[in-house]
Amino acid sequence: MTDEHRTPVSLTGLPANDPHLQPAARNPELVERVIGVCFMVGTLCLAGFGACYWIDAQPWKLGATLGGGLFFLGVGIVAWGKYLMPRGPFVEERHTLANSEADRQAFAAAIVERGGGVVQRRKLLGGLLGGGMGIFGVVAMFPLLRSLGPLPKTTLQHTDWRSGSYVVDQSGRRVQVGDLAIGSIETVFPEGTQNSDRGQAVDQTVLIRVSNEAFTTKKGRETWAPHGYVAYSKVCTHLGCPVGLYEQELQLLVCPCHQSMFNVTNGAVPQFGPAPRPLPQLPLYVDSSGYLRSQSDYHEAVGPGFWERS
Amino acid sequence: MSDVINTERAKKQALGPYGRIGQSLNELDDRLGVARGGRTFMDKIFPDHWSFMLGEIALYSFLILLVTGVFLTLYFIPSSALITYHGSYAPLDGQKMTQAFASTVNLSFGVRGGLLMRQMHHWACDIFVGAIVIHMARVFFTGAFRKPREMNWIIGSTLLILAIVNGFLGYSLPDDLVSGTGIRIAYSIILSIPLVGSYVAFWVFGGNFPGTTIIPRFFILHCLIVPLIIIGLVSAHLFLLVRQKHTQFPGNGRTEKNVVGSPMFPVFMAKTTGFLFIVGGITALLGAFAQVNPIWQFGPYDAARISYAVQPDWYMGFLDGALRIWPSWTFHNWGHTIAFNVLIPAVVLPGLIFNLVFVWPMLERKFTKDNEFHNLLDRPSNRPTRTAAGVTMLSFLSMLFIASSTDVLAKFFNLSLNTVLVSMRYLTVIVPILAFPITYRICHEIQDLHGGGRRKTPNVVTRSSEGEYSATPSPRYVDDVPSHLEATPVPTYIHEEPEESSDSGVRVVDR
Repeated sequence: MTDEHRTPVSLTGLPANDPHLQPAARNPELVERVIGVCFMVGTLCLAGFGACYWIDAQPWKLGATLGGGLFFLGVGIVAWGKYLMPRGPFVEERHTLANSEADRQAFAAAIVERGGGVVQRRKLLGGLLGGGMGIFGVVAMFPLLRSLGPLPKTTLQHTDWRSGSYVVDQSGRRVQVGDLAIGSIETVFPEGTQNSDRGQAVDQTVLIRVSNEAFTTKKGRETWAPHGYVAYSKVCTHLGCPVGLYEQELQLLVCPCHQSMFNVTNGAVPQFGPAPRPLPQLPLYVDSSGYLRSQSDYHEAVGPGFWERS
Repeated sequence: MSDVINTERAKKQALGPYGRIGQSLNELDDRLGVARGGRTFMDKIFPDHWSFMLGEIALYSFLILLVTGVFLTLYFIPSSALITYHGSYAPLDGQKMTQAFASTVNLSFGVRGGLLMRQMHHWACDIFVGAIVIHMARVFFTGAFRKPREMNWIIGSTLLILAIVNGFLGYSLPDDLVSGTGIRIAYSIILSIPLVGSYVAFWVFGGNFPGTTIIPRFFILHCLIVPLIIIGLVSAHLFLLVRQKHTQFPGNGRTEKNVVGSPMFPVFMAKTTGFLFIVGGITALLGAFAQVNPIWQFGPYDAARISYAVQPDWYMGFLDGALRIWPSWTFHNWGHTIAFNVLIPAVVLPGLIFNLVFVWPMLERKFTKDNEFHNLLDRPSNRPTRTAAGVTMLSFLSMLFIASSTDVLAKFFNLSLNTVLVSMRYLTVIVPILAFPITYRICHEIQDLHGGGRRKTPNVVTRSSEGEYSATPSPRYVDDVPSHLEATPVPTYIHEEPEESSDSGVRVVDR
């Protein structure tokens, strides 16, 4: 920045009684008194904050004293600046930031002619260096990305439900045929996963007893709901929230996040809301001792859509 | 005795007219050459208008975020390790939770001033993003983004994105039931990206959701990386502001070639410092009296549990609303799935909105063919198209925001969820479309208004002794009359006595 582009320092003087230097307040004495009161109240509040902190008072007392202190000091300072300091208006010139044509040309020449000349004379070197930097840019991403986590492989396609998995509740107790009354609901897991992160996030399943009789939610699922027990993945097909609300009268499962609704008796077909697919149904059976078990894993990936989901 | 006085006087004289402070400033100038630039900076003029303090609110709430945030990092443990809680909050005693959640509860109840700091931090964040949005609206509607300030518009818009991102990261850290659900949704949004979605999701989360790495990763992003970028961009934002000088509204001798207002020192400095205190005070009062994010009521995160009426912080509302009202479109063929119902509202839509924001200055320059420098601000009504476009965008975002509470609205108005959702779908399209012509029309009406922008003065009706009535308009309010005082450069010296008195033998002291 050359000197002529700087705002010149004003060397003018003004007499003390110049109107620009008078306070903006019409009654400065009154304003001064008000500001004085503000500062006193603020100081008292801050001292009170110290005292409250010392005696470990309730948080609201800490906040009230700190907030009051800062607020009153702030109001006082602003009022001081606004009403008691020279009211102006003052002005300064606004100089154009652009430099002279010669300066611009010199700058551009330095970059284009000097810099460009270097590369143009050695095109091969420039290309090689560019290639090297490009490769570096790409390979530098590898460790950064690849070390961050494993590849998904097929982990998104499967859950931990297996053929013969015992259905257990959150505390790990195996569910028996007589456990649930008609119209009740339970969150269940394949045995052994109820305390794991993955169990909670991926394997979570809602078990609903719709009736006493085995029933069919959809063609081809005749044996999936023995004794009126039907099980759906609890992971919403919209964004993966747990579908935790059961509207018994209408036989709807509702996701509290974005209000997708799934019809329990009809294969959890979405009736309303942004969910695009039914909740996957878990095929169940009752073993000879009366325990509920899964026939197999879900027949499709649970949860929201992703590219590899077939 | 006289010797002492003489030495004192001699000492004083040796120090020069400005005493020890002057001497120290000279020492500083010897080494850094700051006198000239420093003086120019002290004289720097800041135009006065209430709307210019909106950006200051953002800046100061960011300072509060830094201070309260440092306090919180001293007690927060960014770990997903499961522990059994035995702390001072009895209702949660014996529950399994992550260290992140337990340490947040502990710093709220076990650390002196901890709850206040946490609440102030959360409130300051809500104020920070809000102030940025309103500041941005001011800049947009007054045309302050025009040449030469396009760069600062882009920096500011980037800051808005970073503020939202960091707000979400920080909100996620306590690992409570509500924020954990938010992370679950974020994971699913990443999953929805075609081709690379599941890879990116696994890299971000270090495996399948939830994993144990996301809290430490969010912590380092929230407390170090994103704040550093924000600090860098805020510095650039302020540097450009100083370099290009502030814009001003026309009138009262203000031109494209000058800046009229108060000088940096002491007037602006007093006002802005006081304002910092006020913003801090209000944040502390909010922290004291308005409960925010009571995580001990939500409980620790558990992927199989959920709460009713789950809403994110306000600045994520437009995304949540878009996700709620977007139809359940999805592509499913050839062994692949594209979740358009997630991809469009949560990835494409915000991408489009922010890109439009970024390129707006260039778009406007192209369409208006206006390539001039603009240091004087527009009245929004004088630029009907721009104002209408801005109102359209804001009304669209507001509709999305309202749509994020469909369940609460349905409950409050006792309507069926279906009715509310379908109405919101229509309103989100119709309201912005209507907003444009209505705003455009209002702008033109204001332009034609006689004496628009001024406060109305009463007409005084008098009855003469003959019984004749006459109405006379009363004079304009004092504040509305333009100041006839011509702006003057900040003076170097202030004469103690009126200048003319120097002829009468009274000494003029230059101080």
